[in-house]
Amino acid sequence: MAVGESWGRYPRVKQSVYSLAWRNEVSLPEDQLLLPYGMGRSYGDSCLNDGERILLTSGLNKFIEFDGETGVVHCEAGVTLEMLLDFGLPRGWFLPVTPGTKYVSVGGAIANDVHGKNHHCAGTFGCHVRSFELLRSNGERLICSPEENTEMFSATIGGMGLTGLILWVELQLKPVEGPMIDLQSIQFGSLDEFFQLSSESDQDFEYTVSWIDCIASGASLGRGIFMRGNHSKVKGPLKQNSLLKRIATVPFDAPGFLLNRHTMGAFNTVYYHKQRQKKVSSTVHYDPFFYPLDAVHHWNRIYGRKGFLQFQCVVPKDSDNEAMKAVFDQVVRSGSASFLAVMKEFGNVASPGMMSFPREGITLCLDFPLQGDETLRLMKRLDDMVFDFDGAMYPAKDATMAPEHFRSYYPQWEEFSQYVDPRFSSSFWRRVMKETD
Amino acid sequence: MKKVVLFGATSAIAHEAARCFARRGAELLLVARNGEKLSVLQKDLETLGAAKVQTHVCDLVDIKDHESLLKTCGELLPEYDAILLAYGTLGDQGESEKDFSVAEQEFRTNFLSAASLVSRVANMFEARGSGQIAVITSVAGDRGRKSNYIYGTAKGALSIFLQGLRNRLSSTGVHVLTIKPGFVDTPMTAHIEKGPLFASAQAVGEGIYRAMERKKDVVYLPWFWRFIMLIIKAIPEPLFKRMSI
Ligand SMILES: Cc1cc2nc3c(=O)[nH]c(=O)nc-3n(C[C@H](O)[C@H](O)[C@H](O)COP(=O)(O)OP(=O)(O)OC[C@H]3O[C@@H](n4cnc5c(N)ncnc54)[C@H](O)[C@@H]3O)c2cc1C
Ligand SMILES: NC(=O)c1ccc[n+]([C@@H]2O[C@H](COP(=O)([O-])OP(=O)(O)OC[C@H]3O[C@@H](n4cnc5c(N)ncnc54)[C@H](OP(=O)(O)O)[C@@H]3O)[C@@H](O)[C@H]2O)c1
Repeated sequence: MAVGESWGRYPRVKQSVYSLAWRNEVSLPEDQLLLPYGMGRSYGDSCLNDGERILLTSGLNKFIEFDGETGVVHCEAGVTLEMLLDFGLPRGWFLPVTPGTKYVSVGGAIANDVHGKNHHCAGTFGCHVRSFELLRSNGERLICSPEENTEMFSATIGGMGLTGLILWVELQLKPVEGPMIDLQSIQFGSLDEFFQLSSESDQDFEYTVSWIDCIASGASLGRGIFMRGNHSKVKGPLKQNSLLKRIATVPFDAPGFLLNRHTMGAFNTVYYHKQRQKKVSSTVHYDPFFYPLDAVHHWNRIYGRKGFLQFQCVVPKDSDNEAMKAVFDQVVRSGSASFLAVMKEFGNVASPGMMSFPREGITLCLDFPLQGDETLRLMKRLDDMVFDFDGAMYPAKDATMAPEHFRSYYPQWEEFSQYVDPRFSSSFWRRVMKETD
Repeated sequence: MKKVVLFGATSAIAHEAARCFARRGAELLLVARNGEKLSVLQKDLETLGAAKVQTHVCDLVDIKDHESLLKTCGELLPEYDAILLAYGTLGDQGESEKDFSVAEQEFRTNFLSAASLVSRVANMFEARGSGQIAVITSVAGDRGRKSNYIYGTAKGALSIFLQGLRNRLSSTGVHVLTIKPGFVDTPMTAHIEKGPLFASAQAVGEGIYRAMERKKDVVYLPWFWRFIMLIIKAIPEPLFKRMSI
């Protein structure tokens, strides 16, 4: 990925970059508005700063200390989750929460207060952050924790990089016996079956997530595979067998015609039927379990130069889950969703983050190849539905939500804006703060 | 366990190579001119698993201090097995053209002082009959180009110096490694727009570690630069002199 793109490669922006390397001598440029940029794994415009400047944090990648007794790791904000895994696993420690890619920086994980397959029991990433240091544009360095500078702590978790630059972090890791996961995959034929499986699994399984086919309609509507797992006691290799691990790279943009209704429909059908039995139990390595997409570098290029939009919402859970059914129905009817949609039930563990996205309910997440205005109109319809259902959209995956919707999804925005650093901003923030009539 | 001295340890590339040694429990001595940066690296390498990390602050360009510097290194990390020499400056080509004293300073940093350190360590290793000398030069030293020939001259001279030294020490058990990176994304190139040919400091640092383990003579990092430079070196001079690359 070129520096200064977001993962969805939409929108395209022009911005200047500034590289950071040493936490002891960070000085912030004074000519433009600033935004930290981690690994650029956000999809829309929340990690972009059109016409202004981004601060590359990848050089802030040093470890500072590790306490092998408590599992607290102290490192700079540009350290990636991949580095933490490589470091922690041989010592018996794992990430407390991980998103679906390990190519994410700790700073980015805090700024979007990311969630993973264990949200129903572990909450968000921010729940495991002990403290961090925040550099403000006036040169102030604030140590923030649940005890110290508490408002700034809470505003920065999920604060989308707007409260200042996180320099280092103290994170609580989680003890595990090894790298393997005991996994059960269960086919389901409808959304109702999904909801059923989800409620009965959340007690006994630390990780739950589903893949849903959003192309099949009629009798197959809402079919998918429910995956649930726990850390295994079975020993296994720290790194996956080198043959399996061999990383493929998509070297250039795929031509647009490669992804269409037929190819994607075929892919989904094959994926669904890959599993012959209704329920399969296996022990798998954590890497393909948590990061199936990481095996192909730059997979975002298969969408071609136009890029793609990601959509992730959460809607409240109700007795018959009408809200999610309606949203899902709209997605299927649009006929333009792609490969895999992911569905998961969020739990009620509260995050310290003021602006965090996850909240109790059902979340749905999928890609739409960008096919001009039609795709944008679809996103608007979905945004309207989420709004009507009292749900919320995820800024880390958004390029289109309406400003007035953002302010209703995140009614704390006014309180939050007091903590925004006057010299920090982003394309996303300017978009959602725009006055509308 | 391996004992390694890194000259110019605050280089991003050297740091990544040092991490490979640290993960395997090596003892490290980090030498560079900025003490605060050295403390940052010391913590990182200790956390990653180095058996022991020491630091020493010193401006490496001062040749007259090299004798005492190496004495200090020997005291801090007795019987070290290997050195990695990584410091360097990219310099301002335009300034060097206008003012030869700027060019001279570049030669001092990138060639003369490096040759001085390497000579002394080589003699010590030769007397002992073992040791490993790894030095970062650059693909820029393979052919002079108008955009950076002052830097290229110094790096090219250093590569030839190492080639001769390797020849001299080939029967002594002392190993000499010439490391020629292509474009690497580090503070040195922070001002340059990154294209697809740029490698990460991590990839290059790991490449250095592997080349040291395998006792290679000359490595291009990443490997494809060997072929790019073969082509660049093959362009006939009458044509090359008119090109802008
Ligand atoms: C394949 C894939 C799967 C994903 N799965 C999930 C998932 O399951 N759950 C989930 O929650 N997200 C998921 N994401 C989204 C991703 O986890 C978030 O967007 C994450 O924040 C990206 O981190 P980053 O380091 O790339 O930061 P960037 O995308 O570069 O930046 C993200 C935000 O962090 C801020 N930031 C970065 N560094 C700092 C710093 N040092 N100080 C202050 N602010 C900073 C930026 O300003 C920006 O607002 C996924 C993304 C991909 C590509
Ligand atoms: N980056 C590339 O594209 C590239 C390509 C080919 C070769 N190289 C070579 O690779 C080596 C490492 O560079 P890098 O890319 O890792 O860049 P870097 O991070 O900027 O490292 C260069 C280091 O040299 C140190 N240094 C310079 N002059 C010094 C002196 N007089 N005394 C002590 N230390 C001194 C600098 O110290 P301070 O931090 O104190 O300034 C800095 O730590 C250099 O030899 C460079 O020429 C780099």
